Amino acid sequence: MNLSVDIAGVTLKNPITVASGTFGSGMEYDEFVDLNALGAVTTKGVASVPWPGNPTPRIAETYGGMMNAIGLQNPGIDTFVARDLPFLQKKDTKIIVNVCGKTTEEYVAVVERLASEKVDLLEINVSCPNVKEGGIAFGQDPKALFAITKEIKAKAKQPIIMKLSPNVTDITEMARAAEAAGADALSLINTLTGMKIDVKKRTFAVANKTAGVSGPAIKPIAVRMVYQVANACKLPLIGMGGCMCAEDALEFIMAGASAVAVGTANFHNPYATIEIIEGIKKYMQDNQVDDIRSLIGCVK
Amino acid sequence: MSKRKIKATVICQKMIAADIFDLKLSAKEIACQAAPGQFVDLYCADGSKLLPRPISLCEIDKEEGTLRLVYRIAGAGTAMFSKLKAGDTIDILGPLGNGFTLRDKKAILIGGGIGIPPMLQLAKALKCEKSIVLGYRDEAFLAEEFEQHGTVYMSSDSGIIGVKGTVMDAISACKITGDVIYACGPTPMLRAIQAYALENGIEAQLSLEEHMACGVGACLACVCKSKDIDDHSKVHNKRVCKDGPVFFAEEVEL
Repeated sequence: MNLSVDIAGVTLKNPITVASGTFGSGMEYDEFVDLNALGAVTTKGVASVPWPGNPTPRIAETYGGMMNAIGLQNPGIDTFVARDLPFLQKKDTKIIVNVCGKTTEEYVAVVERLASEKVDLLEINVSCPNVKEGGIAFGQDPKALFAITKEIKAKAKQPIIMKLSPNVTDITEMARAAEAAGADALSLINTLTGMKIDVKKRTFAVANKTAGVSGPAIKPIAVRMVYQVANACKLPLIGMGGCMCAEDALEFIMAGASAVAVGTANFHNPYATIEIIEGIKKYMQDNQVDDIRSLIGCVK
Repeated sequence: MSKRKIKATVICQKMIAADIFDLKLSAKEIACQAAPGQFVDLYCADGSKLLPRPISLCEIDKEEGTLRLVYRIAGAGTAMFSKLKAGDTIDILGPLGNGFTLRDKKAILIGGGIGIPPMLQLAKALKCEKSIVLGYRDEAFLAEEFEQHGTVYMSSDSGIIGVKGTVMDAISACKITGDVIYACGPTPMLRAIQAYALENGIEAQLSLEEHMACGVGACLACVCKSKDIDDHSKVHNKRVCKDGPVFFAEEVEL
């Protein structure tokens, strides 16, 4: 039985990774999960310098999901390279580093710094809805997305995955812009911009006012967008958005994703990734599927 | 493997004051390594409520392998927990966070509202002379259980119980003194204790609360402003779930 999948020439031993920001750099979950069992670990977004993130409260629960506006708090590339990367490099899993920035130059600085490091893939976060500059500013305009993708691709030594925002009218337009600019893969979806009001306090539940909604409540939207993008471009896709169980992961795969990232589910169940991998194996056994790759985009 | 997510079995549960519940769980793997000031995450059986609820440990019985949690109904999740009956099971993760650092010095233990329960295990663990100050809105709970561990002083918003006012009012009215303060309660209370401790040069350990998601230090939801640059992100944000929930007064900005 083959569970391995290919993302831009990098072979993942199975299609399961984690969604950036839900798993740190893996250290905190190392106590629960054998990281060697994952197809890849996708890190929390890392910028050229430390970012303090947003004021608290940074999260709120919603029905069947949650919302967050962490604001990309991160230690910056120097600490990341010195501390987090060596930890991950000891593991038998692929490393996907999520890169964030406020300007094109900041993204490029991180990408160049990682050029000589043992990192398998770069995921470029041009879709964070919770920071004012950068992030989403690049992810909602196809021309801006094209330009930054091209710029980063020219400097990157590893294949680049552009992470797309669902907060657009037509996600396929964004996918095609990234593909035309030379992206090697796409990941989708980032969180949907939402708002929650605390009626007792008559204020916003999250200090940032708006926050990104994630969790199973958004899964049908994510599956639909993966399907649309899979049919609009040729790039390999990492699907995400509310994947809680093996069946959810298989939905993303059948819609066209080569790999699936588990995010909010980690908070509900720290063992979620491992249970999903086991569930996929069981599905394949029960349904006589020899190769997971035969399921990718099998629903037309 | 220090932290565990396990299925705990409910031994008993009762309401001990309006909206305050007293839950005893069989959770051997967690109880055997838990310490005063640590907490556990409780998970709802209903998948519409995804995030775990962090609840402090009121009592830890390592021999019995049990945990006692005393919590207030704050929303739909805790309302569901309040329906649990003997024999039911619930998923819990723990023990989480860093607890209190026990000193062999004359102590003042201060609990405000739902910050009172974790002080009970601490009161049991501390063998020194103790003054215990409990602040209530208008209904007391757990007070008599503290009496066997030290001298208990109380305050309440209405004045129905003890000194009218805050725990700080009780401390000054009753001339309570000590060489170390341990406290858990609402932020305005902790802020007042922090100012009092820094002014008087007394060590104070404060247990903080913040909205949490992962509970293990990964998601960076539950940060508090810290005086020094934190180890994790190299900014001034310590993680309440992982670096705390107990901090020294001089470490954090409240």
